[in-house]
Amino acid sequence: MSRSIKKGPYIDKKLYKKIIDLNKTNDKKIIKTWSRRSTIFPEMVGHTFNVYNGKKFFPVYITENMVGHKLGEFSPTRIFKCHAGSERSSKVR
Amino acid sequence: MARIAGVDLPNSKRIVIALTYIFGIGNTIAEKIIEKSGVNPDTRVNKLTDEEIARLRNIIEKNYKIEGELRTEVSMNIKRLIDTGSYRGLRHRKGLPANGQRTRTNARTRKGKKKTVAGKKK
Repeated sequence: MSRSIKKGPYIDKKLYKKIIDLNKTNDKKIIKTWSRRSTIFPEMVGHTFNVYNGKKFFPVYITENMVGHKLGEFSPTRIFKCHAGSERSSKVR
Repeated sequence: MARIAGVDLPNSKRIVIALTYIFGIGNTIAEKIIEKSGVNPDTRVNKLTDEEIARLRNIIEKNYKIEGELRTEVSMNIKRLIDTGSYRGLRHRKGLPANGQRTRTNARTRKGKKKTVAGKKK
C-alpha cells in the first residue's frame, strides 16, 4: 500500500535542513548520507549525494527525472557476479 | 465491421466485450464508455448503427489514452527508469521482475522459458 497523501512525502529532517542550507549559500557539496529512505525533493536536483549501500558510499547525481523516488533506489545493495558456468560450457569435457 | 481507434472489433460479440479488444480499454472503462454513450451494452457489433459507432469513437478519443499513444507512454516510463539508473530500471534491463518478487522459483513471465542448469539440485 502506498503512503497516505495527507502525510506528504517522507524525508529525514536533518538531511532536508542540510539541503536548504546548501541552497541558501549556493554551495555544491557532496552530501554523505545513510538515509536511503528519504524521498528525492525538487530542491535536491543538481546536488550529488553519497548514498550508503551497506558497504560504501555510492555517488548519486540527482536529475529532474529522479524526483519522487527514494535515494536508496539509486544505490544498489547487491552485486551479481556472473555464473561460472556460462564460460565453462564452451569447453569440451 | 466497426473500426475504432485502428482496431477491428469482432463482429459477433457484445459491444461491451468488443471494446476491450482495444489496448488500454478493459472491462471497467468499457462499461463507463457504454454508459456515457447510451448504447445498449447487449447489442452485437454488427448490429450497431453508424451513428452509435461515431458516438463511441468520439467518447474514446476525447477521454482516453489508447493503443499507440499508451504504448509509447509505457515504454517511455520504462526508459526513464533505465536512464536514471534506478533499481527498477536495472531489473528492466536484466529482464527480471521489477517489484520485488521472488526469482528463486517462478518469475517465468519475465525470465522466459526455463533454461536448465546442470547440477542445480542438491
